[in-house]
Amino acid sequence: MHHTALALIELGAVFFGLGLLGRLAWKIGVSPIPLYLIGGVAFGKGGIIPLTGIEEFTGIAAEIGVVLLLLLLGLEYSANELVTGLKRSWVAGVVDLVLNATPGVAAALILGWGPIGALAMGGVTYISSSGIVAKVLGDLGRLGNRETPVVLSILVFEDLAMAVYLPVLTALLAGVSFWGGLSTVGIALFAVSVVLIIAIKFGRYVSTLVDSPDPEVFLLRVLGLALLVAGLASQLQVSAAVGAFLLGIAISGSTAENATKLLEPLRDLFAAVFFVVFGLNTDPRDVPPVLGVAVALVIVTTATKMLTGWFAAGQQGIARLGRLRTGAALVARGEFSIVIAGLAVASGAVDSQLAPLATAYVLLMAVFGPVAARVVEPLARKAVALRTRTA
Amino acid sequence: MHVEVTPLPGIGTRQDFLTKTGRRIGVITHRDGHFELIASKSDDPDACVASIPLSTEEAGALASLLGAPQLVAQLRAEQNELAGVTTKQLPLSPGSPFDGRPMGDTELRSRTGASIVAVVRAGTVHPSPKPDYILGGGDLLVVVGTGPGLKAAADILDKG
Repeated sequence: MHHTALALIELGAVFFGLGLLGRLAWKIGVSPIPLYLIGGVAFGKGGIIPLTGIEEFTGIAAEIGVVLLLLLLGLEYSANELVTGLKRSWVAGVVDLVLNATPGVAAALILGWGPIGALAMGGVTYISSSGIVAKVLGDLGRLGNRETPVVLSILVFEDLAMAVYLPVLTALLAGVSFWGGLSTVGIALFAVSVVLIIAIKFGRYVSTLVDSPDPEVFLLRVLGLALLVAGLASQLQVSAAVGAFLLGIAISGSTAENATKLLEPLRDLFAAVFFVVFGLNTDPRDVPPVLGVAVALVIVTTATKMLTGWFAAGQQGIARLGRLRTGAALVARGEFSIVIAGLAVASGAVDSQLAPLATAYVLLMAVFGPVAARVVEPLARKAVALRTRTA
Repeated sequence: MHVEVTPLPGIGTRQDFLTKTGRRIGVITHRDGHFELIASKSDDPDACVASIPLSTEEAGALASLLGAPQLVAQLRAEQNELAGVTTKQLPLSPGSPFDGRPMGDTELRSRTGASIVAVVRAGTVHPSPKPDYILGGGDLLVVVGTGPGLKAAADILDKG
């Protein structure tokens, strides 16, 4: 068969298959991310039908997927929201960071993956999936709940922490020496601060730069600018994803809303490719050896997120049920854990077992997170009822 | 009345207040402009018993259902001093002869002595509308006049 024809057929089959998986996901009420990962694993090395000849496209598409994921994340926030969110929730944010990065770091150190592997795994277990969390809160009709702002401000803190963490991680993964690494990290953090200041002070100029009443022009400008900034950022060792995230923050107001509407379908497409590619690079035969560690991490990091929520909501004077709901809402991990693992694996600077471990962990967490958010309240009410009956 | 405004980063804003009975009631305004009506549970003030998505039109309709009575009550209270004058809200039903026509066409003041002091449309109050104000079906007209005058006005608005 002709090369192009084969590539088209393979791509078409992959997309169509993802469409079927996505439909299934929403039917059973889970995020499609774990199903995309499974789809990728099935078509990858050692899977059912290994695909060949589309790596070049899927590689670039996966990169674009990460850029769009972070760009839209940035578009969701205005710079002012970030600042007020930080002021209000930094204590809870720090507690969240310490409690939830520690299990990942500890697991990596116990497995002997060294400090860089530990840094990557810490990120994987730390960051909740803002996409899954926001969707679950909306689905469960909890947007009006008193604890919801607490959940959201923790997510804001995590996303900002990502903006600092990713450049540090990329610099270290690139294998720069300790001192060289420090200067790279310094440059990266300086760049992040400058962009944040620009976003807060001059966001409207950036918005005018991309805004256009014509959707076609607008789309090309936003996408073009995002890829340009991402490319430059990755040249500066700041990581493409962070560049896109900061651009997203700088674009504000109605421009941001329109850009989100235009880019959402593109993001969904390319992000799906990204998850599939990550799955493709995971050999299913590598998963069983790390499954025990993954399950242990799931149990520990569910508990740590519950604690985080309990503490953060308690600070805002929310009652027990609400505190439990806060923790359970934060349990889901997803796209960003995979973004971090993807960066780590692509650099080749970490143990090859990190990919299957992250895959297994995110698979379990992305499915279990929404379930936890759903069942925590009925369970708690049952427990209270039992206690009053036995008392 | 203390209305609490809480930003929901990435979603919109929540505005709610505590009622006398201890329930939180309010509105979430989403970024894309649609609303959600929220009311807290009676046994758990942190949680919501319902959050009902509303389009802009639906939110407007609800607001005018709630808002017009308050305006009328306010005007009534102010006119307590004036014997024989009352305030009423008269709905302009869709399909009324004046649906889509300027207010001046009703000639309400010259025919009945009653005057339209405000029009409540989609939750917003338009005070002292001018004769060229185009009326629309579903508007609530706040009319001040004597008892018989208001009766006549209601007939005119319905039948022309």
